[in-house]
Amino acid sequence: MGERVIEVSGLTKYYGELLAVDHISFGVRRGEIFGFLGPNGAGKTTTIRMLVGLTRPSEGTAIIDGYDIREEIVEIKRRVGVVPETSNLYDELTVWENLLYMARLYRVPRAERGERVRELLETFDLWKRRDTKFRRLSKGLKRRATVAAALVHRPSILFLDEPTTGLDVVSAGALRGLMRRLREMGVTVFLTTHYIEEADQLCDRVAVIVKGKIVAVDTPENMKSAVQGTPVLEVVFDSPLPSLETEKMDLGTIVVEGNRVKILTEDPSSTLEAVIKLARRHGLRIELVNTLRPSLEDAFVKLTGVSPELMRVEKERGR
Amino acid sequence: MGGMFYLILKDLKAYYFKPPNISWGVLFPLVMALAFTLRNPSGLAELFPGLVAMAALFGTTSMEAIVITFEKRVGALERLMLAPLSLWTILMGKVLGGSIFGVMMAGAMTLISLALLGGWVTSPLLFTLSILLTVLVHSALGALIAVSVREVFEAQTLSNYFRFPMIFLCGVFLPVGAMPLPLRLLAHALPLTYSVDALRQTSMGPLNPGLFLADVLALILFLSVFLASAMRMLNKSLE
Repeated sequence: MGERVIEVSGLTKYYGELLAVDHISFGVRRGEIFGFLGPNGAGKTTTIRMLVGLTRPSEGTAIIDGYDIREEIVEIKRRVGVVPETSNLYDELTVWENLLYMARLYRVPRAERGERVRELLETFDLWKRRDTKFRRLSKGLKRRATVAAALVHRPSILFLDEPTTGLDVVSAGALRGLMRRLREMGVTVFLTTHYIEEADQLCDRVAVIVKGKIVAVDTPENMKSAVQGTPVLEVVFDSPLPSLETEKMDLGTIVVEGNRVKILTEDPSSTLEAVIKLARRHGLRIELVNTLRPSLEDAFVKLTGVSPELMRVEKERGR
Repeated sequence: MGGMFYLILKDLKAYYFKPPNISWGVLFPLVMALAFTLRNPSGLAELFPGLVAMAALFGTTSMEAIVITFEKRVGALERLMLAPLSLWTILMGKVLGGSIFGVMMAGAMTLISLALLGGWVTSPLLFTLSILLTVLVHSALGALIAVSVREVFEAQTLSNYFRFPMIFLCGVFLPVGAMPLPLRLLAHALPLTYSVDALRQTSMGPLNPGLFLADVLALILFLSVFLASAMRMLNKSLE
């Protein structure tokens, strides 16, 4: 797990005057699942696009599996698989034809193509759908087929951009299981997600990017430890908190999940008093008060100042 | 080269060789030939080279511009750009896919015209070379249009800005020499003029080697400019 398979140095991207990615540097170790977290518009997708050759960096570079993204991008493309945010296989082709086409484009030896596609379709539980046109698949199956297509040339590194966004719980769970299996097979997984819990469950290490800058790179456990000193107050109301009020509350860093509010606060006593006042003002009943060990979500909130719930809502709206 | 070959195969299977396109590819030249037969039964053979050039023009630009723009919209072109293929391979794959469809349409028009309009081909090899150059040039023009716009309807609209003036200015129906000087100058700035002339010289004759060579060189120049401009646009999309 020591060797760095991705080494990013001073990678920067300007779109005109807009600085989308600001001189970021980090490394990814071979065989790990590396999470790239950040609020919407933080620069996650732009970073992936630079690493896989869809966008040229304005400054800086990255070495992937020994090749420089500025000079040897075709060599890099042979070695990496990419699952974009949108499942973009060919609607007019069947699942089998799509994977076979990818195998041909990536120059998988002719004798191995059929067997490899069959193996992947069985692994991804798509064998029975092999003759179905891609456009007729459900969202979850499309996602699975897109991941399978990205693996047909047996890449050593797999980039996944928001792989579980918009998927139902079962499909998302299945996809997470697949990512773990890939890690067991020695594939390095580079994953962007706005689901903090997903990153917590899956990733060996995570990087947090905010406004184009990396603010932390560490294991989820170390990130949680970093905010250990800050108590988290969890309050459950009998009905959802009016969203505008939560924004106006001057209680500290807040995460709202329906009826549940989590507050990172240095002063739980005063915060609790303020919450009780707020509940009275809105005729809400407090059903539960609890103090929690900080989660990765809490660490993320502390680092970015952005509510993951708000991020999820924005992401879903944007789709 | 392997990647380009499979790219072309996929495009032909997924887009071009669909029943509506094949039937349109056959019906369009047939209806055009019949229309002229009914309108003016005398001197139809004169129209033969222009109709073949027009079939090649529509065969290449209409579908190809849509294919590329559509793939851009749904992200499939990006999927292609993730594969270990150079931008040049991708561009040429798209251009050659469109060219194959154009050859089919021009071929169909040639056969129909030979049968119905009483046309003839004096230099089959040079005539074939003229068709190939014509489809390549106009396929490259279709690619350039497609990479310059975002939406399918924009590609169609922009294609028509070039196609319809070319039909009337480039000698398809009316000889370029019979047009007023400003229109003649404009005609010589359009590639279809050289296509029609090359096809006319190699089919109905007379063949003037010097003028034919000039047509071929002009078409190669247009092809180079269109391909270079399309490559520039594709490269720009990575910025």
